[in-house]
Amino acid sequence: MSINATLIIQMLVFFAVIWITMKYIWPVILGAMQEREQKIADGLAAGDRAEKELQRAKAKVDTLIIEAKEQAGQIKDQANQVANKVKDQAKSDALAEKERQLAAAAAEIEQQANRAREQLRQQVAALAVAGTEKLISKEVDAKKHAQLLDELIAEI
Amino acid sequence: MASGENSGSAGDYISHHLVNNTQELVEGSSFWTINADSVFYTILLAVIYLLFFRSVAKKATAGVPSKTQNFVEMILGFINTQVNDVFTGSSKLVAPMALSIFIWVWLMNFMDLLPIDLVPWLGTLVGIEYMKIVPSTDLNIVFGMSFGVMLLVFYYSFTVKKPTVLGYLKEFVTHPFAANGWLGKILLAGPNLFLNLVETLAKPVSLSLRLFGNMYAGELIFILIAVLTVNYTFSDFFTAGGIMVSVMQFILAFVWAVFHILIITLQAYIFMMLSVVYMNMAHETHEDH
Repeated sequence: MSINATLIIQMLVFFAVIWITMKYIWPVILGAMQEREQKIADGLAAGDRAEKELQRAKAKVDTLIIEAKEQAGQIKDQANQVANKVKDQAKSDALAEKERQLAAAAAEIEQQANRAREQLRQQVAALAVAGTEKLISKEVDAKKHAQLLDELIAEI
Repeated sequence: MASGENSGSAGDYISHHLVNNTQELVEGSSFWTINADSVFYTILLAVIYLLFFRSVAKKATAGVPSKTQNFVEMILGFINTQVNDVFTGSSKLVAPMALSIFIWVWLMNFMDLLPIDLVPWLGTLVGIEYMKIVPSTDLNIVFGMSFGVMLLVFYYSFTVKKPTVLGYLKEFVTHPFAANGWLGKILLAGPNLFLNLVETLAKPVSLSLRLFGNMYAGELIFILIAVLTVNYTFSDFFTAGGIMVSVMQFILAFVWAVFHILIITLQAYIFMMLSVVYMNMAHETHEDH
Protein backbone atom coordinates (compact mmCIF):
# COMPACT_ATOMS: atom_id res chain seq x y z
CA MET A 1 0.00 0.00 0.00
CA SER A 2 2.61 2.51 -0.98
CA ILE A 3 2.76 5.02 -3.76
CA ASN A 4 4.89 3.69 -6.58
CA ALA A 5 5.31 3.75 -10.33
CA THR A 6 1.83 2.31 -10.80
CA LEU A 7 0.56 5.86 -10.35
CA ILE A 8 2.54 7.10 -13.33
CA ILE A 9 1.44 4.21 -15.49
CA GLN A 10 -2.16 4.77 -14.50
CA MET A 11 -1.90 8.47 -15.31
CA LEU A 12 -0.51 7.74 -18.76
CA VAL A 13 -3.17 5.13 -19.45
CA PHE A 14 -5.76 7.63 -18.22
CA PHE A 15 -4.62 10.22 -20.75
CA ALA A 16 -4.50 7.61 -23.49
CA VAL A 17 -8.03 6.44 -22.73
CA ILE A 18 -9.34 10.01 -22.75
CA TRP A 19 -7.49 10.82 -25.94
CA ILE A 20 -8.85 7.77 -27.75
CA THR A 21 -12.35 8.50 -26.49
CA MET A 22 -12.05 12.09 -27.59
CA LYS A 23 -10.71 11.15 -30.99
CA TYR A 24 -12.46 7.97 -32.03
CA ILE A 25 -15.51 7.37 -29.85
CA TRP A 26 -17.28 10.44 -28.55
CA PRO A 27 -17.56 12.52 -31.75
CA VAL A 28 -18.58 9.52 -33.85
CA ILE A 29 -21.44 8.35 -31.65
CA LEU A 30 -22.59 11.83 -30.71
CA GLY A 31 -22.43 12.81 -34.39
CA ALA A 32 -24.70 9.90 -35.26
CA MET A 33 -27.08 10.93 -32.46
CA GLN A 34 -27.18 14.54 -33.56
CA GLU A 35 -27.60 13.54 -37.19
CA ARG A 36 -30.56 11.40 -36.21
CA GLU A 37 -32.03 14.24 -34.16
CA GLN A 38 -31.61 16.49 -37.17
CA LYS A 39 -33.25 13.92 -39.42
CA ILE A 40 -36.19 13.54 -37.08
CA ALA A 41 -36.58 17.31 -36.81
CA ASP A 42 -36.39 17.60 -40.59
CA GLY A 43 -38.92 14.81 -40.97
CA LEU A 44 -41.34 16.48 -38.59
CA ALA A 45 -40.87 19.83 -40.30
CA ALA A 46 -41.43 18.20 -43.68
CA GLY A 47 -44.57 16.55 -42.32
CA ASP A 48 -45.86 19.92 -41.14
CA ARG A 49 -45.01 21.50 -44.45
CA ALA A 50 -46.73 18.72 -46.36
CA GLU A 51 -49.77 19.09 -44.15
CA LYS A 52 -49.92 22.81 -44.86
CA GLU A 53 -49.39 22.28 -48.55
CA LEU A 54 -52.14 19.70 -48.56
CA GLN A 55 -54.48 22.20 -46.93
CA ARG A 56 -53.50 24.84 -49.45
CA ALA A 57 -53.96 22.43 -52.34
CA LYS A 58 -57.34 21.39 -50.99
CA ALA A 59 -58.43 25.02 -50.75
CA LYS A 60 -57.13 25.63 -54.26
CA VAL A 61 -58.98 22.59 -55.55
CA ASP A 62 -62.16 23.83 -53.92
CA THR A 63 -61.89 27.25 -55.52
CA LEU A 64 -61.01 25.66 -58.84
CA ILE A 65 -64.05 23.42 -58.65
CA ILE A 66 -66.28 26.38 -57.83
CA GLU A 67 -64.77 28.38 -60.70
CA ALA A 68 -65.14 25.47 -63.06
CA LYS A 69 -68.77 25.04 -62.04
CA GLU A 70 -69.38 28.73 -62.66
CA GLN A 71 -67.70 28.57 -66.01
CA ALA A 72 -69.62 25.46 -66.92
CA GLY A 73 -72.86 27.25 -66.02
CA GLN A 74 -71.87 30.24 -68.11
CA ILE A 75 -70.94 28.04 -71.02
CA LYS A 76 -74.21 26.18 -70.71
CA ASP A 77 -76.14 29.44 -70.67
CA GLN A 78 -74.22 30.73 -73.65
CA ALA A 79 -74.79 27.47 -75.49
CA ASN A 80 -78.48 27.66 -74.70
CA GLN A 81 -78.59 31.20 -75.95
CA VAL A 82 -76.73 30.30 -79.12
CA ALA A 83 -78.95 27.27 -79.65
CA ASN A 84 -82.05 29.39 -79.17
CA LYS A 85 -80.68 31.99 -81.53
CA VAL A 86 -79.83 29.33 -84.10
CA LYS A 87 -83.24 27.77 -83.67
CA ASP A 88 -84.98 31.13 -84.05
CA GLN A 89 -82.78 31.97 -86.99
CA ALA A 90 -83.56 28.64 -88.62
CA LYS A 91 -87.23 29.10 -87.91
CA SER A 92 -87.29 32.58 -89.35
CA ASP A 93 -85.16 31.47 -92.28
CA ALA A 94 -87.52 28.62 -92.98
CA LEU A 95 -90.50 30.94 -92.70
CA ALA A 96 -88.88 33.43 -95.05
CA GLU A 97 -88.04 30.64 -97.47
CA LYS A 98 -91.56 29.40 -97.25
CA GLU A 99 -92.88 32.88 -97.97
CA ARG A 100 -90.44 33.26 -100.80
CA GLN A 101 -91.33 29.95 -102.34
CA LEU A 102 -94.99 30.62 -101.85
CA ALA A 103 -94.58 33.99 -103.48
CA ALA A 104 -92.56 32.45 -106.31
CA ALA A 105 -95.18 29.75 -106.77
CA ALA A 106 -97.94 32.31 -106.72
CA ALA A 107 -96.09 34.44 -109.25
CA GLU A 108 -95.52 31.38 -111.40
CA ILE A 109 -99.15 30.45 -111.15
CA GLU A 110 -100.10 33.99 -111.96
CA GLN A 111 -97.74 33.99 -114.89
CA GLN A 112 -98.98 30.64 -116.14
CA ALA A 113 -102.54 31.75 -115.70
CA ASN A 114 -101.89 34.98 -117.54
CA ARG A 115 -100.13 33.11 -120.28
CA ALA A 116 -102.96 30.62 -120.55
CA ARG A 117 -105.48 33.39 -120.45
CA GLU A 118 -103.59 35.21 -123.22
CA GLN A 119 -103.36 32.06 -125.29
CA LEU A 120 -107.01 31.39 -124.67
CA ARG A 121 -107.91 34.89 -125.62
CA GLN A 122 -105.91 34.72 -128.80
CA GLN A 123 -107.33 31.35 -129.65
CA VAL A 124 -110.82 32.62 -128.87
CA ALA A 125 -110.12 35.66 -131.00
CA ALA A 126 -108.84 33.50 -133.78
CA LEU A 127 -111.81 31.23 -133.38
CA ALA A 128 -114.10 34.20 -133.35
CA VAL A 129 -112.43 35.63 -136.38
CA ALA A 130 -112.60 32.29 -138.11
CA GLY A 131 -116.20 31.81 -137.04
CA THR A 132 -117.18 35.26 -138.14
CA GLU A 133 -115.34 34.76 -141.37
CA LYS A 134 -117.30 31.68 -141.93
CA LEU A 135 -120.51 33.46 -141.03
CA ILE A 136 -120.12 36.50 -143.06
CA SER A 137 -117.65 34.91 -145.45
CA LYS A 138 -115.14 37.26 -146.83
CA GLU A 139 -117.13 40.33 -145.77
CA VAL A 140 -114.93 40.88 -142.93
CA ASP A 141 -111.58 42.23 -143.83
CA ALA A 142 -109.15 41.57 -141.07
CA LYS A 143 -107.59 44.88 -141.63
CA LYS A 144 -110.81 46.85 -141.77
CA HIS A 145 -112.28 45.26 -138.83
CA ALA A 146 -109.22 45.02 -136.71
CA GLN A 147 -110.48 47.61 -134.30
CA LEU A 148 -113.71 45.77 -133.93
CA LEU A 149 -111.89 42.53 -133.39
CA ASP A 150 -109.65 43.97 -130.77
CA GLU A 151 -112.62 45.28 -128.85
CA LEU A 152 -114.09 41.87 -129.11
CA ILE A 153 -110.98 40.22 -127.84
CA ALA A 154 -110.83 42.61 -124.95
CA GLU A 155 -114.34 41.80 -123.99
CA ILE A 156 -113.71 38.10 -123.79
CA MET B 1 -17.32 -16.82 -1.25
CA ALA B 2 -15.73 -19.37 0.98
CA SER B 3 -12.35 -20.63 0.13
CA GLY B 4 -11.00 -24.00 0.94
CA GLU B 5 -7.60 -23.01 -0.32
CA ASN B 6 -6.71 -20.75 2.56
CA SER B 7 -6.57 -22.59 5.80
CA GLY B 8 -4.65 -19.95 7.73
CA SER B 9 -6.11 -17.61 10.33
CA ALA B 10 -8.71 -14.99 9.50
CA GLY B 11 -6.06 -12.29 9.88
CA ASP B 12 -3.84 -13.95 7.35
CA TYR B 13 -6.75 -14.30 4.98
CA ILE B 14 -7.65 -10.62 5.22
CA SER B 15 -4.14 -9.26 4.85
CA HIS B 16 -3.57 -11.71 2.04
CA HIS B 17 -6.44 -10.14 0.16
CA LEU B 18 -5.25 -6.60 0.74
CA VAL B 19 -1.80 -6.97 -0.72
CA ASN B 20 -0.92 -6.15 -4.28
CA ASN B 21 1.19 -8.36 -6.44
CA THR B 22 4.23 -6.15 -6.88
CA GLN B 23 7.02 -6.35 -9.40
CA GLU B 24 10.19 -4.33 -8.87
CA LEU B 25 11.33 -2.44 -11.93
CA VAL B 26 14.50 -1.25 -10.26
CA GLU B 27 16.10 -3.56 -7.74
CA GLY B 28 15.51 -2.42 -4.18
CA SER B 29 13.57 0.73 -5.11
CA SER B 30 10.22 1.01 -3.44
CA PHE B 31 9.03 3.66 -5.86
CA TRP B 32 10.09 1.94 -9.07
CA THR B 33 7.92 -1.04 -8.46
CA ILE B 34 4.57 -1.61 -10.06
CA ASN B 35 1.47 -3.27 -8.74
CA ALA B 36 1.28 -5.79 -11.53
CA ASP B 37 -2.29 -6.87 -10.74
CA SER B 38 -3.63 -3.30 -10.67
CA VAL B 39 -1.83 -2.34 -13.84
CA PHE B 40 -2.97 -5.49 -15.61
CA TYR B 41 -6.63 -5.13 -14.67
CA THR B 42 -6.82 -1.40 -15.21
CA ILE B 43 -5.39 -1.74 -18.71
CA LEU B 44 -7.56 -4.77 -19.41
CA LEU B 45 -10.68 -2.84 -18.42
CA ALA B 46 -9.59 0.20 -20.42
CA VAL B 47 -9.12 -2.01 -23.46
CA ILE B 48 -12.53 -3.64 -22.94
CA TYR B 49 -14.15 -0.22 -22.65
CA LEU B 50 -12.38 1.19 -25.68
CA LEU B 51 -12.97 -1.85 -27.89
CA PHE B 52 -16.64 -2.03 -26.99
CA PHE B 53 -17.34 1.64 -27.54
CA ARG B 54 -15.16 1.78 -30.62
CA SER B 55 -17.02 -1.15 -32.17
CA VAL B 56 -20.28 0.67 -31.51
CA ALA B 57 -18.85 3.90 -32.91
CA LYS B 58 -17.74 2.12 -36.08
CA LYS B 59 -21.20 0.73 -36.68
CA ALA B 60 -22.96 3.89 -35.47
CA THR B 61 -25.73 4.91 -37.78
CA ALA B 62 -28.03 7.88 -37.84
CA GLY B 63 -30.79 5.55 -38.91
CA VAL B 64 -32.50 3.04 -36.66
CA PRO B 65 -29.90 2.11 -34.01
CA SER B 66 -29.17 -1.43 -32.92
CA LYS B 67 -29.86 -2.39 -29.33
CA THR B 68 -26.19 -2.07 -28.45
CA GLN B 69 -25.95 1.32 -30.08
CA ASN B 70 -29.10 2.37 -28.30
CA PHE B 71 -27.59 1.34 -24.97
CA VAL B 72 -24.38 3.23 -25.63
CA GLU B 73 -26.30 6.25 -26.86
CA MET B 74 -28.31 6.21 -23.66
CA ILE B 75 -25.09 6.45 -21.62
CA LEU B 76 -23.68 9.11 -23.90
CA GLY B 77 -26.87 11.11 -23.84
CA PHE B 78 -26.99 10.94 -20.06
CA ILE B 79 -23.38 12.07 -19.67
CA ASN B 80 -23.78 14.74 -22.32
CA THR B 81 -26.75 16.20 -20.45
CA GLN B 82 -24.90 16.12 -17.13
CA VAL B 83 -21.82 17.78 -18.62
CA ASN B 84 -23.86 20.44 -20.38
CA ASP B 85 -25.67 21.20 -17.13
CA VAL B 86 -22.51 21.58 -15.07
CA PHE B 87 -19.91 22.75 -17.55
CA THR B 88 -20.60 26.23 -18.84
CA GLY B 89 -17.76 26.54 -21.30
CA SER B 90 -17.31 24.77 -24.58
CA SER B 91 -14.67 22.12 -24.78
CA LYS B 92 -14.17 19.03 -26.87
CA LEU B 93 -12.27 17.50 -23.98
CA VAL B 94 -14.64 17.55 -21.04
CA ALA B 95 -17.46 15.30 -22.23
CA PRO B 96 -15.18 12.51 -23.55
CA MET B 97 -13.23 12.78 -20.29
CA ALA B 98 -16.46 12.36 -18.33
CA LEU B 99 -17.47 9.34 -20.41
CA SER B 100 -14.05 7.70 -20.04
CA ILE B 101 -13.99 8.25 -16.29
CA PHE B 102 -17.53 7.05 -15.76
CA ILE B 103 -17.26 3.82 -17.72
CA TRP B 104 -13.71 3.01 -16.76
CA VAL B 105 -14.14 3.66 -13.05
CA TRP B 106 -17.41 1.78 -13.11
CA LEU B 107 -15.71 -1.22 -14.68
CA MET B 108 -12.92 -1.04 -12.09
CA ASN B 109 -15.50 -0.89 -9.31
CA PHE B 110 -17.46 -3.69 -10.91
CA MET B 111 -14.52 -6.05 -10.35
CA ASP B 112 -15.55 -5.81 -6.71
CA LEU B 113 -18.72 -7.75 -7.48
CA LEU B 114 -16.90 -10.77 -8.84
CA PRO B 115 -16.65 -13.54 -6.24
CA ILE B 116 -13.75 -12.52 -4.12
CA ASP B 117 -11.68 -15.66 -4.44
CA LEU B 118 -12.69 -16.73 -7.93
CA VAL B 119 -10.21 -14.83 -10.05
CA PRO B 120 -7.26 -15.17 -7.64
CA TRP B 121 -8.01 -18.88 -7.47
CA LEU B 122 -7.90 -19.06 -11.27
CA GLY B 123 -4.63 -17.13 -10.97
CA THR B 124 -3.13 -19.77 -8.73
CA LEU B 125 -3.87 -22.34 -11.41
CA VAL B 126 -1.52 -20.53 -13.81
CA GLY B 127 1.09 -19.90 -11.14
CA ILE B 128 0.21 -16.44 -9.86
CA GLU B 129 0.23 -16.70 -6.08
CA TYR B 130 -1.99 -13.76 -5.15
CA MET B 131 -3.54 -10.70 -6.67
CA LYS B 132 -6.00 -7.89 -6.03
CA ILE B 133 -8.49 -7.66 -8.82
CA VAL B 134 -10.17 -4.36 -7.97
CA PRO B 135 -7.93 -1.59 -9.33
CA SER B 136 -9.90 1.18 -7.60
CA THR B 137 -8.89 -0.23 -4.20
CA ASP B 138 -5.30 0.63 -5.09
CA LEU B 139 -4.23 4.12 -4.00
CA ASN B 140 -1.88 4.38 -6.95
CA ILE B 141 -4.71 3.91 -9.40
CA VAL B 142 -7.09 6.44 -7.86
CA PHE B 143 -4.31 9.00 -7.36
CA GLY B 144 -3.14 8.38 -10.89
CA MET B 145 -6.58 9.31 -12.16
CA SER B 146 -7.17 12.29 -9.88
CA PHE B 147 -3.73 13.74 -10.67
CA GLY B 148 -4.56 13.13 -14.30
CA VAL B 149 -7.75 15.13 -13.86
CA MET B 150 -5.85 17.94 -12.14
CA LEU B 151 -3.27 18.05 -14.92
CA LEU B 152 -6.11 18.31 -17.41
CA VAL B 153 -7.59 21.11 -15.31
CA PHE B 154 -4.27 22.98 -15.38
CA TYR B 155 -3.91 22.33 -19.08
CA TYR B 156 -7.43 23.49 -19.71
CA SER B 157 -7.14 26.65 -17.62
CA PHE B 158 -3.94 27.51 -19.46
CA THR B 159 -5.37 26.93 -22.92
CA VAL B 160 -8.74 28.53 -22.31
CA LYS B 161 -7.83 31.52 -20.18
CA LYS B 162 -4.44 31.79 -21.82
CA PRO B 163 -2.95 33.38 -18.71
CA THR B 164 0.70 34.02 -18.46
CA VAL B 165 2.46 31.97 -15.84
CA LEU B 166 2.86 35.16 -13.89
CA GLY B 167 -0.84 35.91 -14.08
CA TYR B 168 -1.61 32.42 -12.89
CA LEU B 169 0.70 32.83 -9.92
CA LYS B 170 -0.78 36.23 -9.27
CA GLU B 171 -4.19 34.64 -8.97
CA PHE B 172 -2.70 32.40 -6.30
CA VAL B 173 -1.76 35.29 -4.03
CA THR B 174 -4.66 37.69 -4.68
CA HIS B 175 -7.59 35.34 -4.17
CA PRO B 176 -9.82 34.65 -2.33
CA PHE B 177 -8.94 37.68 -0.11
CA ALA B 178 -8.50 40.82 -2.15
CA ALA B 179 -7.19 44.16 -0.92
CA ASN B 180 -6.86 47.52 -2.59
CA GLY B 181 -3.72 48.96 -1.02
CA TRP B 182 -0.27 47.51 -1.66
CA LEU B 183 0.21 46.93 2.07
CA GLY B 184 -3.00 44.93 2.27
CA LYS B 185 -1.97 42.98 -0.77
CA ILE B 186 1.32 42.02 0.75
CA LEU B 187 -0.29 41.12 4.05
CA LEU B 188 -2.91 38.95 2.38
CA ALA B 189 -0.54 37.26 -0.04
CA GLY B 190 0.60 34.73 2.53
CA PRO B 191 -2.87 33.55 3.62
CA ASN B 192 -4.06 33.55 0.02
CA LEU B 193 -1.18 31.44 -1.11
CA PHE B 194 -1.73 29.03 1.75
CA LEU B 195 -5.45 28.68 1.08
CA ASN B 196 -4.97 28.22 -2.62
CA LEU B 197 -2.29 25.60 -2.11
CA VAL B 198 -4.54 23.71 0.27
CA GLU B 199 -7.43 23.97 -2.15
CA THR B 200 -5.35 22.82 -5.09
CA LEU B 201 -4.02 19.87 -3.17
CA ALA B 202 -7.32 19.02 -1.54
CA LYS B 203 -9.09 18.63 -4.84
CA PRO B 204 -7.23 15.60 -6.19
CA VAL B 205 -6.76 14.08 -2.75
CA SER B 206 -10.44 14.24 -1.86
CA LEU B 207 -11.42 13.14 -5.35
CA SER B 208 -9.32 10.02 -5.24
CA LEU B 209 -9.69 9.16 -1.56
CA ARG B 210 -13.47 9.29 -1.80
CA LEU B 211 -13.44 6.62 -4.48
CA PHE B 212 -10.67 4.67 -2.81
CA GLY B 213 -12.34 4.72 0.61
CA ASN B 214 -15.66 3.51 -0.68
CA MET B 215 -14.19 0.74 -2.79
CA TYR B 216 -11.69 -0.33 -0.16
CA ALA B 217 -14.37 -0.47 2.51
CA GLY B 218 -16.69 -2.39 0.23
CA GLU B 219 -13.97 -4.83 -0.62
CA LEU B 220 -13.12 -5.21 3.04
CA ILE B 221 -16.70 -6.05 3.89
CA PHE B 222 -16.74 -8.71 1.20
CA ILE B 223 -13.55 -10.11 2.71
CA LEU B 224 -15.04 -10.06 6.21
CA ILE B 225 -18.12 -11.89 4.95
CA ALA B 226 -15.87 -14.40 3.28
CA VAL B 227 -13.95 -14.87 6.52
CA LEU B 228 -17.03 -16.45 8.13
CA THR B 229 -16.25 -19.81 6.61
CA VAL B 230 -12.58 -19.36 5.88
CA ASN B 231 -11.32 -22.20 8.06
CA TYR B 232 -14.06 -24.63 7.18
CA THR B 233 -13.11 -28.00 5.88
CA PHE B 234 -15.44 -29.69 3.46
CA SER B 235 -17.25 -31.68 6.19
CA ASP B 236 -17.76 -28.55 8.32
CA PHE B 237 -20.36 -27.31 5.84
CA PHE B 238 -22.62 -30.19 6.76
CA THR B 239 -22.78 -29.62 10.49
CA ALA B 240 -25.82 -27.76 11.81
CA GLY B 241 -23.78 -24.66 12.64
CA GLY B 242 -21.94 -24.88 9.36
CA ILE B 243 -25.12 -24.82 7.34
CA MET B 244 -26.40 -21.87 9.31
CA VAL B 245 -23.19 -19.87 8.88
CA SER B 246 -23.02 -20.74 5.21
CA VAL B 247 -26.58 -19.60 4.59
CA MET B 248 -25.95 -16.44 6.58
CA GLN B 249 -22.79 -15.81 4.62
CA PHE B 250 -24.63 -16.27 1.38
CA ILE B 251 -27.41 -13.87 2.39
CA LEU B 252 -24.95 -11.26 3.68
CA ALA B 253 -22.80 -11.44 0.59
CA PHE B 254 -25.85 -11.27 -1.66
CA VAL B 255 -27.35 -8.26 0.12
CA TRP B 256 -24.03 -6.45 0.21
CA ALA B 257 -23.42 -7.18 -3.47
CA VAL B 258 -26.84 -5.81 -4.42
CA PHE B 259 -26.18 -2.74 -2.33
CA HIS B 260 -22.75 -2.48 -3.82
CA ILE B 261 -24.17 -2.23 -7.33
CA LEU B 262 -25.55 1.11 -6.23
CA ILE B 263 -22.28 2.18 -4.62
CA ILE B 264 -20.04 1.37 -7.57
CA THR B 265 -22.31 3.30 -9.93
CA LEU B 266 -22.66 6.20 -7.52
CA GLN B 267 -18.91 6.43 -6.94
CA ALA B 268 -18.15 6.32 -10.64
CA TYR B 269 -20.75 9.04 -11.17
CA ILE B 270 -19.37 11.20 -8.35
CA PHE B 271 -15.82 10.87 -9.66
CA MET B 272 -17.03 11.89 -13.10
CA MET B 273 -19.12 14.82 -11.91
CA LEU B 274 -16.41 16.22 -9.63
CA SER B 275 -13.93 16.05 -12.49
CA VAL B 276 -16.33 18.03 -14.64
CA VAL B 277 -16.92 20.49 -11.81
CA TYR B 278 -13.16 21.02 -11.40
CA MET B 279 -12.86 21.60 -15.11
CA ASN B 280 -15.66 24.13 -14.88
CA MET B 281 -13.94 25.88 -11.98
CA ALA B 282 -10.83 26.17 -14.09
CA HIS B 283 -12.95 27.71 -16.79
CA GLU B 284 -14.46 30.34 -14.55
CA THR B 285 -12.62 33.60 -14.28
CA HIS B 286 -11.94 35.35 -11.02
CA GLU B 287 -12.04 38.81 -12.45
CA ASP B 288 -15.32 39.70 -10.80
CA HIS B 289 -13.75 39.62 -7.31
